[in-house]
Amino acid sequence: MGKKLINDPDNVVSEMIEGIVMASHQRLEKLNDYNVVVRKDAPVEKVALVSGGGSGHEPAHAGYVGQGMLDAAVAGDVFTSPTPDAIFEAIKTVDSGNGVLLIIKNYTGDIMNFEMAAEMAEAEGIEVDHVVVNDDVAVEDSLYTTGRRGVAGTVFVHKIAGAKAAQGADLKEVKRSAEKVIKNVRTKGMAINPCQLPAAEKTTFSLAEDEMEMGIGIHGEPGTEKTKLKKVDQIVELLLDDILSDLEIKTNEKVTLMINGMGGTPLMELYIANRKANQLLKDKGIKIYKTYVGEFMTSLEMEGLSITILKLDDDLINLLEAESEINLL
Amino acid sequence: MANKTKKILLETSDVIIENKEYLTELDAAIGDGDHGINLARGFKKLKEKLENETFTERNELFKLTAMTLISNVGGASGPLYGTAFLNISKVISDERLDLDDLVEIAEEAIAGIQKRGKAEAGEKTMLDTIIPAAESLKQSRDNNLDLETALNNCLETAAEGMKNTIEMQATKGRASYLGERSIGHQDPGATSAYLMIKTFITSYL
Repeated sequence: MGKKLINDPDNVVSEMIEGIVMASHQRLEKLNDYNVVVRKDAPVEKVALVSGGGSGHEPAHAGYVGQGMLDAAVAGDVFTSPTPDAIFEAIKTVDSGNGVLLIIKNYTGDIMNFEMAAEMAEAEGIEVDHVVVNDDVAVEDSLYTTGRRGVAGTVFVHKIAGAKAAQGADLKEVKRSAEKVIKNVRTKGMAINPCQLPAAEKTTFSLAEDEMEMGIGIHGEPGTEKTKLKKVDQIVELLLDDILSDLEIKTNEKVTLMINGMGGTPLMELYIANRKANQLLKDKGIKIYKTYVGEFMTSLEMEGLSITILKLDDDLINLLEAESEINLL
Repeated sequence: MANKTKKILLETSDVIIENKEYLTELDAAIGDGDHGINLARGFKKLKEKLENETFTERNELFKLTAMTLISNVGGASGPLYGTAFLNISKVISDERLDLDDLVEIAEEAIAGIQKRGKAEAGEKTMLDTIIPAAESLKQSRDNNLDLETALNNCLETAAEGMKNTIEMQATKGRASYLGERSIGHQDPGATSAYLMIKTFITSYL
């Protein structure tokens, strides 16, 4: 069993949430009895944004709660969707009467629990709508799967929709901005070492010394292909190829690039990956408007990375540049 | 009647808690390795609530089970089992149950799971245990079998259904991301459903 810096596996989420709130410089608050983080000044007179999902993806999602991004984040147990009652409490707390947009990553459990919460909120007369993020190109979007997973690209949905809401747009307009990001964002990830849930006795999958797993998700679920370990430049090329074959980008079109660490990858390695990603995009004549390197959507201590590309237009650039309490860079 | 139902639900809780590691292991192979952990958390809570309260009607017990699972399990299994138990609470009476009642209960549970999960038989889910089990009850009713034989047949069919998921390719839930790599593993949801059905039947007989 791997070592963990924890007290009791049953309390990791609530203890973490308390710690996040204490580190928020009085910006955030935890709701009583729920692992929900909200802006202290909630409800704010605007469309409210609520996201959430299983824990273990920090800084997602509590780290994105603040002016210009989310109004509330609901934290489920590690890698487990939060429950409808907690999501409902979050919705009630942040709704100012202008409606609430739920940003859901495409997982069966997340969708069911958020849908149940939306039904509860609607029954109380709260206007609720939702978007489902599905940026992971590793999973085929077909009738035979649940569809593509929502992964690191979700952070851009928080940012763009959050900026739109802060400008005073109505629920429909905020939703449209979120959907525009979803349409234009793609991600693919890989790992060289798996992660272990705090309450489990084994890692979620296993890899030999010379193996890697391509197409992993963010829940320690095995990827789509186990192969021999390659050099990082080759890995970056493979990931980018899959992303770019799914997202048509014309010469001189602008993109934003995100190199996301999975939790256990040194920044050194992320920067090396970023170097190659920048070179490859430049060679293809694609303009990189902005590059983000760091940990945005992790998977506990998994060693690996994901690459996200968001295709931009002027509207998205303006929203990406909008002021926010949360600094992504 | 409520006392016996309470005892059955307590035994079900114990069985799920005892199988926490086993279910989690099955899930780690094709999912995210938390099925046992999540269900055990919900059933542990249910046990506490059952032990600390008295009940006079069966439907109260099933409603409590539903709400406890919905608000404590999370993932997909919380809403799915929660909705199943909620639907059962709507149709279960305090009379002695006959085969007609059991068929109705099973059908309601399936309707709840399908409403939430939008899955069909053959997609490597809990329904692959529950649907054949319900079909078996229906057949026994149509053939006028006695309750004990019917329940034994049902248990056997449920076990077969669970085992049949080994050869299936998942098209719903997280296991679907694996495509063909999901073949060869028994579905954790089908397994937890079997454990519940088995406990209901063996405690009832």
